[in-house]
Amino acid sequence: MTEPLPRLLVVIPAWNEEQTIAAVIDEVRQAVPTADVLVVNDGSSDDTVTVAERAGATVLDLPLNLGVGGAMRAGFKYALRGGYALAAQIDADGQHDPAHLPDLWEAMSRHGADIVIGARFAGEGDYTVRGPRRWAMSLLAAVLSKVCGTRLTDTTSGFKLMNARALATFAANYQAEYLGDTVEALVIAARSHLLVRQVGVAMRPRAGGTPSHDPLKAAVFLMRAFLALVISLSRPAAPLPEPARPDPVPEGVRS
Amino acid sequence: MSGYFFALTLCILTIAFLVLLLRRRWIREKYAVIWMVVAVGIAVLGAFPGLAVRVARLVGVEIPANLVFAVAIVTLLAVCIQLSIGVSQLDERVRTLTEEVAMLRLQTQTLQAQAQAPASAPTVAPADQAPRSATPPVSHTP
Repeated sequence: MTEPLPRLLVVIPAWNEEQTIAAVIDEVRQAVPTADVLVVNDGSSDDTVTVAERAGATVLDLPLNLGVGGAMRAGFKYALRGGYALAAQIDADGQHDPAHLPDLWEAMSRHGADIVIGARFAGEGDYTVRGPRRWAMSLLAAVLSKVCGTRLTDTTSGFKLMNARALATFAANYQAEYLGDTVEALVIAARSHLLVRQVGVAMRPRAGGTPSHDPLKAAVFLMRAFLALVISLSRPAAPLPEPARPDPVPEGVRS
Repeated sequence: MSGYFFALTLCILTIAFLVLLLRRRWIREKYAVIWMVVAVGIAVLGAFPGLAVRVARLVGVEIPANLVFAVAIVTLLAVCIQLSIGVSQLDERVRTLTEEVAMLRLQTQTLQAQAQAPASAPTVAPADQAPRSATPPVSHTP
């Protein structure tokens, strides 16, 4: 680690993840003992809340299911109000290894990035997706690399580290729609002049289910992804929310 | 009894029904207005069928009925789009409220746990009730 890690909130969006959530929380604790862990329960019908609380996480319990994007925006708002300097997003199914969090932080401080993505296809690990879905993802990655001005190989990764600037932008703009938390979020980030970088991370196979290789599903995925992409690109750049940042900046400085 | 009378009766009934709904606040005025316009339009056309013929000739549509149909379809389309917009806005509002409810709930829980902590055994708090959060209650900085 280059610099000491500032106050970090690890946000774990969880929807019916009672099987895996406790292990993920424990791993985060081990990897970054100083971080606070927030599980955003996205209207689960199982015991996710109790399990997560017992594992020692703070639980933000959404009364309705909002989708990953919705859960994450709630998490960002919590982070912003709690005055966190950094927030990380990790999947609750255990496919991301929290041990990589320090790597993400290292990359963030090295590049001065606002968002660092833990990418699956960047050399590290042996996670592969084949066939049409793979092509769809590479095509998406190529376009988004252009948009963000950096090489991105895994644009649909849910493993990210964001600083306060990115947090403020996302707390206002994170979309609850399909791929709104990944593809659209990257476009919003680029439009708001946030610096995006990626770091290769090893991914573990998901605890439940394997990525689908069905060409039809891949085609649907591609179409929806590009619809999201085209629409978010055609949108006028959102006026940068100059938010009330929690860290106190002396008032006189700006005049 | 002529067909025109039948059409007219239908329109008047529609308008009366809409007014009733509005009076009971079952629909909001912004959604009712377009329906009122439609009902009045049909009533006028029903009362003076010659009007449709003249308008059709004016805009160059051969069969007056087709003009009426086309206008009706466009109007219905507009209503559908308006409803879609309304639903999307509601979605966003529900989302924001959901976030706030969750945050308030967490805050209440934390405060409750803090208030109870000194009274009950301070070392072992029951894990199910008290979220063992290391963070202080979320402070709202305006």
